Amino acid sequence: MIQRMVTSALIAGFVAGLLAALLHFAFVQQYILLGEQYESGALTHFDAAHSTSDHGAMTAPSEGDDHAAQSHDDDAGEASPLVRNSLTVVFAGLIYVAYALLLTAGFGLAQSFGIAITAREGLLWGIAGFVSFQLAPALGLAPELPGTIAADLTARQIWWWGTALATGTGLALLAYGRGYLVWGAAVLLLAAPHIIGAPLPDGFWGVAPPEVGAMFSARVLGTALVVWAVLGWLAGRLWSQENT
Amino acid sequence: MTTNTQATAKSSALLSVLFVALLGGTILFVAGHAQSAALHDAAHDVRHATGFPCH
Repeated sequence: MIQRMVTSALIAGFVAGLLAALLHFAFVQQYILLGEQYESGALTHFDAAHSTSDHGAMTAPSEGDDHAAQSHDDDAGEASPLVRNSLTVVFAGLIYVAYALLLTAGFGLAQSFGIAITAREGLLWGIAGFVSFQLAPALGLAPELPGTIAADLTARQIWWWGTALATGTGLALLAYGRGYLVWGAAVLLLAAPHIIGAPLPDGFWGVAPPEVGAMFSARVLGTALVVWAVLGWLAGRLWSQENT
Repeated sequence: MTTNTQATAKSSALLSVLFVALLGGTILFVAGHAQSAALHDAAHDVRHATGFPCH
């Protein structure tokens, strides 16, 4: 059983990881590079804001984008774009394989309770995975543009894991549990991380324009929803094929 | 006898579930959250783009 679970998780995870990398380069990477230019001081937010027109303020940073990114890379002696982007593909694959393993473990648990998983259930589980691992944590800790001000890292990581675990368990109890007591516990689990609250910094003094951070966060969540939906559907389909 | 076999099958299925979940959790921790400098640099863009707390 372990071998079947791991194999289908590996296939679904790598496909999802490749899609994640593709969407990352199409929609997200440009904002990371832009954020790093504000982080390193190659661009400054308030200089852009002092441009003569609103239109100028919007276009000024992107015009300097490529040049500044290259000089920053050269100066700092960082990894070449090829190495950097290859590592992005590898780690996107690893992280979505990890998510696929967790999803498949969930399918196995469901099966032991007599719940059959098909591609359709898989799609719903994938969306629930997106809510548990991306959307709910993002309510407290918005996806961070490089250079974002944030609280202590360990505290945030603990809150992130707690939120993912509580949200995933809460959604599972809501979907498959029976009785008001179980549903009440589910709602409590879903709400608890946000009642406790994510660790926040004492103040905000981020260097990047809020528009860049907002676009980055929105695109991270939007692309993740697509990838999770595909991951869930594919994992569910592979699971149902192997278990019939 | 049948009950015993079913119980064994069920507990071995649950063990598989636990193993696969732990494997997934470990990879997620190492790739997404471990704070070693080399891992952080390699996974940097993905960590940001997956909404993990990074710095």
